[in-house]
Amino acid sequence: MSTTLSTSHSPGGNPVGGDTRRSPLARLQHLLHSQATIGPAVVLLVAVVVFAVLSPRFLTPGNISLILQQVAVIGTLAVGQTIVILTAGIDLSCGAIMVLTSIVMAKVAADTGLPGLPALLLGFLVGTLCGLLNGLLVTRLKLPPFIVTLGTLNVFFALNLWYSESATIRGTDMPSLLLWTGQTINVFGTRVTYGSIMMVVLVAAMAFALKNTAWGRHVYATGDDAEASRLSGIRTARVLLSVYATAGAVYALSAWVLIGRIASASPQAGQLDNLDSITAVVIGGTSLFGGRGAIIGSLIGALIVGVFRNGLALAGVDVLWQTLAVGVLIIVAVSLDQWIRKVKP
Amino acid sequence: MTTPVLQARGLVKRYGRVTALAGSDLELLPGEILAVIGDNGAGKSSLIKALSGAVVPDEGEILLNGEPVSFSSPIDARDAGIETVHQSLAVSPSLDIASNLFLGRERRRKGVLGTVFRMLDRNGMREEARRQLDALGIMTIQNPGQAVETLSGGQRQAVAVARAAAFGSRVVIMDEPTAALGVRESRAVLDLVLQVRDRGLPVILISHNMPHVFEVADRIHIQRLGRRKAVVDPKTVSMSDAVAIMTGAMEPPD
Repeated sequence: MSTTLSTSHSPGGNPVGGDTRRSPLARLQHLLHSQATIGPAVVLLVAVVVFAVLSPRFLTPGNISLILQQVAVIGTLAVGQTIVILTAGIDLSCGAIMVLTSIVMAKVAADTGLPGLPALLLGFLVGTLCGLLNGLLVTRLKLPPFIVTLGTLNVFFALNLWYSESATIRGTDMPSLLLWTGQTINVFGTRVTYGSIMMVVLVAAMAFALKNTAWGRHVYATGDDAEASRLSGIRTARVLLSVYATAGAVYALSAWVLIGRIASASPQAGQLDNLDSITAVVIGGTSLFGGRGAIIGSLIGALIVGVFRNGLALAGVDVLWQTLAVGVLIIVAVSLDQWIRKVKP
Repeated sequence: MTTPVLQARGLVKRYGRVTALAGSDLELLPGEILAVIGDNGAGKSSLIKALSGAVVPDEGEILLNGEPVSFSSPIDARDAGIETVHQSLAVSPSLDIASNLFLGRERRRKGVLGTVFRMLDRNGMREEARRQLDALGIMTIQNPGQAVETLSGGQRQAVAVARAAAFGSRVVIMDEPTAALGVRESRAVLDLVLQVRDRGLPVILISHNMPHVFEVADRIHIQRLGRRKAVVDPKTVSMSDAVAIMTGAMEPPD
């Protein structure tokens, strides 16, 4: 015996037919719904074309290299931020964790003469523990991620000021390994920093994990509907813990990129990077309500912000208008997400 | 008398000063559909949640094939072969059908890709999902790679039922599977319930819909005030009598 469940085509079901009878707008909505990265990718492409026309210097190897360097810190931070946001969380403390770990890496090495590798590993340990603390507060005390990370943002920033004694550690006092991310390599005539390459590798690795591992599926499912996931047998608390801890380790990687970028470790660096990483994630099409989005989108989001700032600067537009443009982008991206979410089956 | 597949004895569950279960019993026999009916607040949901591991009862015991078991999470109950289709469906809308079917028990690729890179056997899972949906005769779902949110209510329910039927080895529990559905879709889901039983899996069916209950149930468990008030045979007891027992207007026949 076979059971036929009514589909949208059969009488009694939804009278709206398949693709052929949808309006073009509804079809666009469906396309964006199934492929959330298309929107940001188109925006990036258009922006690149427009700025290339506006300024002949925009597409020069030197300028592309500069954009990639500017994007690398936010781009890596955004990877950690994305997995947190995919679980319907938010991480305001990511910048503070990054700065704290950069100070730990640099100061331990500078003060005690610890070689580069152990200093780096110590930084990763600190970053992971900071993330784990966020995760424990979210899962054990059941506090909203916004509140938890708003609190730890201040805690980590204070620890950073205390440990660094508010002093910048110069690059010349550090082992060269910590500065390695700022070194460049020639890729097709463009000088690219190892930090930028690490960002791309990190994005690829995280995209693979999210798409192809059970852990990745569970991250999406937990963000989509935590209770349903729990009833399906997913240990949601464990998923959340692993996400926050992994994000912490990713922020430590950002710290390494940051040290290479500014050739020093400054306790005052990256003050607004938490918001910039959220901006990249949101512009990249990941939903703040969880369960929907992709890492690659966040990289594109970070690139869009980088390209806008750089392109507008080259076109001689004042910084305040660049900031305004980014603000408009955020609102457009979130409105688009709201609209996409209202898609009808 | 045959050993019940699933048996509950004297289950008690209190939430603060509210007693949801006041010593409730339940017996599910092999190969039957046992309907559980009861008024709002009679303790149906708490009873089902205790059996499916979603809540831990304060007192009482649960026996599976005569052996005492204790579930501290839905995973324990699942590992014991009890699959539950929750009223909230417990599906993840943004994931595809195959991912939902295998949610929490994903299969990995063979070899290094699976062990080192933890890569999922996406194609294998899709094929298996296809097979399970076909086995239940759910013909209208064309592509197991489709996102669940693109499905109609009845199709989503079918996915949840298919998951339970595919992995349940001892018992399938269904909580209000037709509550949110139209007439045609309810019909199809009831057919699925019958098919699951005909494949040899006993089913506990919780429903408010008396015509549905009387149509498919082999026995009807009537829950009242946190206890089992009676178990009746739908062939000998009328629908109005069952409702009367449920609401306390009538004492059950002996």
